[in-house]
Amino acid sequence: MQDYSLLWLIPFFPLVGSIINGLFGKKIRNEALIGTIGTAAIGASFVVSCTYFFKLLGDAEKIHETTIFGAMGSGTWMNVGQLQIDWGFLLDPLSALMIMVVTGVGSLIHLYSIGYMHGEEGFYRFFSYLNLFCFSMLMLVLGNNAMVMFIGWEGVGLCSYLLIGYYFEKKSAGDAAKKAFVVNRVGDFGFLIGLFLLFWSLGQKGVRTIRFTEIAANAHLLENGGTIVTIVTLCFFLGATGKSAQIPLYTWLPDAMEGPTPVSALIHAATMVTAGVYMIGRMNGLFAMAPDTMMVIAIVGAATAIFAASIGLAQNDIKRVLAYSTVSQLGYMFLAMGVGAFTAGIFHLMTHAFFKACLFLGSGSVIHGMHHAYHHAHLHDDPQDMRNMGGLRKKMPITFITFLVSTIAIAGIPGFSGFFSKDEILWWSFGSTRGGWILWVVGAIAAGMTAFYMFRLVFMTFFGEQKTDPRAKDHIPESGLTITIPLMVLGALAVIGGYIGVPAILGGANHIHHFLEPVFGQAQKLHAIEAHGSHATEYGLMGISVGIAVIGIFGAWFMYVKNPEMPKQLVAKFKWLHTAIFNKWFVDELYDAMFVNATKRAGRICWKGFDLPIIDGIVNGVGWLVRGFSAALRYTQSGQIHSYAMAMVIGAVIIVAAYVL
Amino acid sequence: MDNLMQIAMQNVNYGSIMPSLVLCIFGMALLLINVFLPRGKTTPASWIALIGLVVTAVFAARGWGDPQFGFAGHVALDKFASFSNIIFLFSAGLTILMSDEYLQREGYPIGEYYPLILFATAGAMWMASGTDMMTIFLGLEVLSISLYILAGMFRGQLRSNEAGLKYFLLGAFSTGFLVYGIALIYGVSGTTNVADIGMYLKSHPAMLGNPMTIAGMLLISVGFLFKIGAAPFHMWAPDVYQGAPTPITAFMSAGPKAAALVAFVRILILGLDGLQGDWTSLLWVLAVLTMTVGNIIAINQTNIKRMLAYSSISHAGYALVGLVAANQIGVSGILFYMLAYTFMNLGAFAVLVLAGKKGEENLTLEGFAGFGFKRPFLGVAMSIFLISLMGIPTTAGFAGKFYIFAGAIKAGYIWLAVLGVLNSAVSLYYYLRVMVYMYFKEPAEDYGWVTLHAGAVISIIISVVGVFYLGLIPGKVMEMARMALFF
Amino acid sequence: MITVNHYLVVSAILFSLGTFGVLTRRNAIVIFMCIELMLNAVNLTFIALSNHLGNMDGQVFVFFVMTVAAAEAAVGLALMISFFRNRESIEVDDISLLKW
Repeated sequence: MQDYSLLWLIPFFPLVGSIINGLFGKKIRNEALIGTIGTAAIGASFVVSCTYFFKLLGDAEKIHETTIFGAMGSGTWMNVGQLQIDWGFLLDPLSALMIMVVTGVGSLIHLYSIGYMHGEEGFYRFFSYLNLFCFSMLMLVLGNNAMVMFIGWEGVGLCSYLLIGYYFEKKSAGDAAKKAFVVNRVGDFGFLIGLFLLFWSLGQKGVRTIRFTEIAANAHLLENGGTIVTIVTLCFFLGATGKSAQIPLYTWLPDAMEGPTPVSALIHAATMVTAGVYMIGRMNGLFAMAPDTMMVIAIVGAATAIFAASIGLAQNDIKRVLAYSTVSQLGYMFLAMGVGAFTAGIFHLMTHAFFKACLFLGSGSVIHGMHHAYHHAHLHDDPQDMRNMGGLRKKMPITFITFLVSTIAIAGIPGFSGFFSKDEILWWSFGSTRGGWILWVVGAIAAGMTAFYMFRLVFMTFFGEQKTDPRAKDHIPESGLTITIPLMVLGALAVIGGYIGVPAILGGANHIHHFLEPVFGQAQKLHAIEAHGSHATEYGLMGISVGIAVIGIFGAWFMYVKNPEMPKQLVAKFKWLHTAIFNKWFVDELYDAMFVNATKRAGRICWKGFDLPIIDGIVNGVGWLVRGFSAALRYTQSGQIHSYAMAMVIGAVIIVAAYVL
Repeated sequence: MDNLMQIAMQNVNYGSIMPSLVLCIFGMALLLINVFLPRGKTTPASWIALIGLVVTAVFAARGWGDPQFGFAGHVALDKFASFSNIIFLFSAGLTILMSDEYLQREGYPIGEYYPLILFATAGAMWMASGTDMMTIFLGLEVLSISLYILAGMFRGQLRSNEAGLKYFLLGAFSTGFLVYGIALIYGVSGTTNVADIGMYLKSHPAMLGNPMTIAGMLLISVGFLFKIGAAPFHMWAPDVYQGAPTPITAFMSAGPKAAALVAFVRILILGLDGLQGDWTSLLWVLAVLTMTVGNIIAINQTNIKRMLAYSSISHAGYALVGLVAANQIGVSGILFYMLAYTFMNLGAFAVLVLAGKKGEENLTLEGFAGFGFKRPFLGVAMSIFLISLMGIPTTAGFAGKFYIFAGAIKAGYIWLAVLGVLNSAVSLYYYLRVMVYMYFKEPAEDYGWVTLHAGAVISIIISVVGVFYLGLIPGKVMEMARMALFF
Repeated sequence: MITVNHYLVVSAILFSLGTFGVLTRRNAIVIFMCIELMLNAVNLTFIALSNHLGNMDGQVFVFFVMTVAAAEAAVGLALMISFFRNRESIEVDDISLLKW
């Protein structure tokens, strides 16, 4: 029996960092000191996480629970009837992996931010929020019950809101922040309803608990595949679609790129958006019992993967391409969860954290350089537009190499991390007892698209002739060490990170599979979820998917390097298609037309003080209804004593009449 | 004659009214002292009032033992009353702390202000410990009459006049319904003692279906629902809250509301237990209506004081959910929630007290643009209170809502809990909007007039501590609330 | 023969008249008098019931209601005077600065 009682230190350090920077940052003024405090706080968590990770590796017992005061049973937060909720933590292979990713990638991104955010107003505010985010995220993954998880869940949403709106003087940033927050609330609502229903339905069977280990142990009390389990899991999945930007709640993520780039890398690529995947993994026992929900998840995941990838094909803003790519990759993870490939989903979550963080930070480095050059030349061009770039590989060699490596990884070229995780997902979606060949086809096509648009990005940015304004083109520097070191570390991880999960068929030991076995094995065995098929099929599928990726890369090379005029001709030829893709399939416009415009028009008539719509989409329709209702109801409050007294009398008469008569 | 006196004296037991007695003594002494204080000097009066509250708190805390009965069963100082007394004392104390500088600024340094708050608190205490309709009615009226005066305190200010007069006319009107209800119940059971009414109805089940019983129960409910501010008897609340002096608004939204709730709880659960089916269905509907009306109208408000008034209505709706549940968790949840609400709401109002200019025309959303950066301490404090009002985890508001909704779920009212959560989601919009204005808008002013007066700052700090204490480790207080139940 | 029911009916009628007056009269003082009428209707109910049931509780309650009504009258009239000073009216239609 090993001692895991100091787990609380992991979220504790960033909280302290956040408080110090939040309260005294304005007084400290010294950027180096503020940055060091912020980075040291998360770095300390990383050290503790490593200690516990390796301890867990060497421990025969893989699941450990503890509370803030150490022993179980102390650290009670709330006590309701027979239900006791602790400030409790759970360390098992799944959460151990997650804390490694969060603190590891988090530390690198903190380090990167010191250079990237240099000279920004409110530097201390940024680090305070970033630390607070890490705290919330660590609470989310470490919580041993749904309530602590929910705190983290709310906390990361709040921090995401604060950080997207970091440049609050920009209106678009404020709008994007609000959109993200409100869309997330729709998801949170699903989460809470799911939790209530789960608690209630388990309560009916005499089990009052919201601890994950106890939920898993008692899940069998519910009817396997029954309505209750399906509805509960669907509610949880709704929560996941909000947080992890899946159809139909994905529209906030591309807008969230208004935040500073390190935020996009940490929150909107590596960690927070994967919370939905983690949550499904955490409750895999429950989800495995609901094949219908799993099917919905797989379909939504696959649809999101191909849909977002198609939008990524035609974007010109470097960060937006990466944003749609993130949505698409998250779709893969949900596809994996949906077909029961829990390990593969978490594996892809990890490799994606490495290469996507590297890509975002690389794009940040490029933007930083472009911005510097434009600033130098007193120009106001868009530093994020790829059409103004080109040929940057000579100007920014380190950025280029790490970016290229990560791109190869995401494209799924053998030998790089993305290949192993993506291939396992594709194999499961074909061969799993809960999969189907159509899912594989969709996934493979999306993989091809991914390869195409990612290499398009690389070619447009780093190859070809430089299209930057001549006055600025000679002033693009390579970024400083605090920026390039994280890039190099993440680039290296993007290459080697996949080797912990080399599948048996390629002669690997698939370490990650064995490591996560205690978490997922039971549910998979119980519900006979497995991938089966001959080795020949597996080799064949692998070959096809690699082939598709190579075709995608070749296509990008052919169109953007060999034959730079071709995209324009193609655009002219398939104008309608390009317009549709370029405008993101008009989803925002569709949402606008369906809800926003109608509300605007109606709003002008009904209510002249109608502010700007908070968000588009369904939420806006509901929002308008509520507000219209509010405006109308408000006038019942006429200020006249007579009407108040009348309301009381009518109320009393109705009540008395209803009961006495 | 001698004999009669003896019987009466045996039943008196001053221990049972000790806290309110001390409070009244302080109040009356203060009225006299005010005569000798120089005009416009109210600071000493506020200190004496605070000392009075502290002394009372000592007696109130001693009530946390074996229950004491007195006045021939009209009064009981049980744990239920003691827990409620602590809520009233907190709300009165925080109000007095934030008042002094405010009265100076607004130009109404009236010494009678403090004794009136003490009398109102004493009235609230009689409501909480009243076990007879007479005591409860008397407490209610002492409380209400003090509040009528306090709401209309600023004589030269039309807003304040109007608030006082509206509150008075509608309040007196609702009193009519209340006493008529009491009269009908008296006619049925032949007694005004709450426990005896319960016993009578238990032994005469036939009377439960009598229209007079049901009408009596409903009319009593109307009277209390008016004081609680539940729809459709809520309409006085926004106007009165907006017009009254800000600290008084803060006070009204916490202490008196809690008093009406706890007295209502005692009457319904102890006296009208037999009619539970009827009143739960009534309150189910009204709770949903109250939450919804409050939240929905709040969305369109631009005056923050008025917005908090609507928000206060919706919070009364959440509290009623606990009463619908009518089980251990739900009712102790009400006690807990009212304590939590006292901290978060009075804290928010204390920030408003400091942020206002004379006349308070600037307490609008626009008036808070960029406030968070110019006044970091007040900005953070306000954000904490708003987050707590939203019901975000780790704050008192969350723990309170959690217990109340947990009670509702345990009693099988899943839909009520769902509607409650949905309502909290709606409320996010308008609370968050204040934060958006504070942090995401360019400051229009430098807020140079805001000075951090010690009293208000202390009350803000106490409130912040309260919000986090109840939010992070609510277990102990909740345990006390559970022990406080009389059923 | 006049029974308790007659008293109860009379007081119910008085109570309704009072309520009706509150809803229709414009002058704040008259409205207050209507409220007094409602309270006195309740007093009548109490006394009739007390007599009928043969216990004193109802009559004691009447004293409390009367006391409270007197206190309310004092406070209410004071509020009306200060309102009148600022607005030169006690029509309730004029009490409508605060709304919406």
